[in-house]
Formats: sequence, structure tokens, C-alpha cells
Amino acid sequence: MAVEVKLTTDNWEQEVLKSDIPVLVDFWAPWCGPCRMVAPVVSEIAHEYEGKLKVGKLNTDEEPDIAVRYGIMSIPTLMIFKNGEVIDQIIGAAPKEYFTQRLDKIL
Amino acid sequence: MYDVVIVGGGPAGLTAGIYAARSGLKTIILEEKVFGGQIVFSADLENYPGFPEGISGMDIIDKFLEQAKKFEVEISYDGVEKIENDISCKRVILTNKSCITTKTIILATGASADRLGCPGEAKFIGKGVSYCATCDGAFFKGKTVAVVGGGDSALEEALYLANLVKKIYLIHRRDQFRAVKILQDRVKKNNKIEIVFDSVVKEILGDKFVKGVLIENVKTKQQSRLDIDGIFIYIGLTPNSKFVSDLIQTDEYGYIITNEEMETNIPGIFAAGDVRKKSLRQVVTACADGAIAASNAQKYIEKMKA
Repeated sequence: MAVEVKLTTDNWEQEVLKSDIPVLVDFWAPWCGPCRMVAPVVSEIAHEYEGKLKVGKLNTDEEPDIAVRYGIMSIPTLMIFKNGEVIDQIIGAAPKEYFTQRLDKIL
Repeated sequence: MYDVVIVGGGPAGLTAGIYAARSGLKTIILEEKVFGGQIVFSADLENYPGFPEGISGMDIIDKFLEQAKKFEVEISYDGVEKIENDISCKRVILTNKSCITTKTIILATGASADRLGCPGEAKFIGKGVSYCATCDGAFFKGKTVAVVGGGDSALEEALYLANLVKKIYLIHRRDQFRAVKILQDRVKKNNKIEIVFDSVVKEILGDKFVKGVLIENVKTKQQSRLDIDGIFIYIGLTPNSKFVSDLIQTDEYGYIITNEEMETNIPGIFAAGDVRKKSLRQVVTACADGAIAASNAQKYIEKMKA
């Protein structure tokens, strides 16, 4: 069961900026090898933090406007949003624990 | 207890996993970051036999993973902090502080891209500094970028970027490239690529994003600034062997020393792939190492029983 939300320009405000709980956004693209390989880690996080954290995926190829708005120049980039603000970001692939440690500090 | 713990999920580790599990050994692969390792950064593998049209790094790793799963290799996203060797078993201490016991270990941790270490580099990671042209090239469409390095990776990535960007400065500290001739010829023929020899990067400049790079000619000591929007760095690799440096013999660069059977100085601990001291680091040689290591791990286990 997929708990990750597919993010688009249309649902960005509702799903990310107005979310009641923090949101982890995975900026990715199909041609990015490390993105594809990080995807299972992001899925694991989505399951482990279900209810506490929303996990969304934004395809920078399909939604370039949002990628530009947040100055994305390197993927994978994981951004954490709380109350509509970016409160943390992790650029590039990293060990799962690195992600969860950063998340645990915030949640 | 496992029969084989494989540290690292690149081509060497995955191949070792396939061979070990297929011969009936209880096998787990531990990957800290990204399955596939360095090869998932590669857009096109032209020299791996069996794929005359070429194949992307991530597509081949998908196939490796599928094959490993078919033979029921366990896989886990875990980093390794330390390895301990006892007479009867070996212990793998994970970064999450749990511990796995095993009869044999295959070290297939590969190598990581080196950083320049100059001012501005760390500050602009993700803001114009990149180590992955296939990941980030699309963000620089129609822009001017620099590529730093003179080996196969640097030239391959420059050629890949030439399809996307307006102009590339290919900066190299020597007056000739180390890359294979076919790549050198392609680079020289490409009119988007301007070669800047004898030059080192002193500083990466910018405000919120990269705007330029300060370079110095190593012969004349003259400094100059190039206006760029991005910089892709391919200056070399460092083997990921530090976590076993107390136990396993390496050369002065940290590459693990093995014999032809992939045996390290510790019986039952093997090394395979780019982390090993060897002359050619390619997917095909990593796979070969992995197969040999797994086969010898099996022989080691059989000898333990006897």
C-alpha cells in the first residue's frame, strides 16, 4: 500500500503548505539513478512514520515550476516542511539513519 | 548466524550475493546508502558485455537486484560501524548498534567521489555544485557549467552534459587527460567543450547559487574567473575501507589488499570490487571479484565444518 502522496502544482498548497502534520518531500526524476535507489528508503520512512509525517514525491520533470520555486539544482533532495515552511533539507543520497535522525529531531 | 554478510550493494556485492545465495548459503547484503553504488550515477554503460545498445547504470542495477532477490538474498539498509573477528565467528556491528554474527564477510564497499576541498564547495552543494551529471544535468539546460577532472568519469560526464548545456569548461590540473583515447577524441571534437588544461580550482563563487569559479594556472600561477552556473566534480575516488582499518590490511591509499582468491589478511574475510587494490575498476571486474569472493566464502565454510 502506497502511503506516499504524488505532489503536483495543483495539490502542492493543500498537501504540503496547509498540511496539519510535517511533510517530507522527495524531489526526484525518473532519469536520476540515486533517486530511484533512495525511493525504497523513502517508502520505509513513510510506513514507519505514518500518522506523524506525510511523505510526498515531486517529479521535477513533470513539475519544474515547484522545483524552480525551491531552488532545486540537485536531486535527490529531501525537504521537510512544517506549517508551510522549509525547516530542513537533505541533498543527495544518505544512510537511512541519517534521515531518521534528522526527522526525529523535528517530530 | 549468517553464512555470508556482504557489506555494500554495488555490482561486486550484488554479484557476490547472487553466487552465495544460489549455492545455498544464508546471505545478507548490507547497503548504507544506495544500491548500485557509483554506477547508478552513470547514464550509459557502453562496455558491459551483453548490452550492445548500452544500458544505464540504474537499469543494470535493477536487474542485479531482481536477480539477487530471486535467489532470496536478504537485503537491508544498514551501515557498518565495525567488524570483530573471533575464532569461531565474526561479528558485524551496525551503525544502529545492533550486531550480526556470521561465518564469513565479503567487503564490497566500493569507493566514494573525492571533494575538491576548496572554499565554496560545501556551501554550494545542491546549489550548483554536483557530483552527478545524470541526476542534475537537466537543471542546467542552456546554461554554462564547468567539469573538473581528467579521467574517464570526468570526460564521460562532460560529454553527457554537452547534450544539455550551452557550454562546458573542462578543467584539468595536468596538460593531458588520463581518460581512454576514445573519450579524449570525442571531447576534442565536441564544440561545446572548452578544455582548460594546467588549471586547478581555487574557489567556487556565488551568492545563493554558483555564479563562477576561480581557477589558477599551475604553471604561470595566473588566476582567472570563469562565469558558470554549475560545476561537476570528478577528480578521483577514495576507497570506503576506514571502518575496517584496524583489522584489514590496505595499501597507502586505503585499498584493501587481497590475493587472487579475494582473501584479505583475515581468514574468512574477503574483499571485492572497487575497494580492492587492483588495476581496472569496472562493473565487469567488480562482478568477477564478487563471484570469486562468494565461491571462496563457500569453500571456507565447508572447511570450517570438516
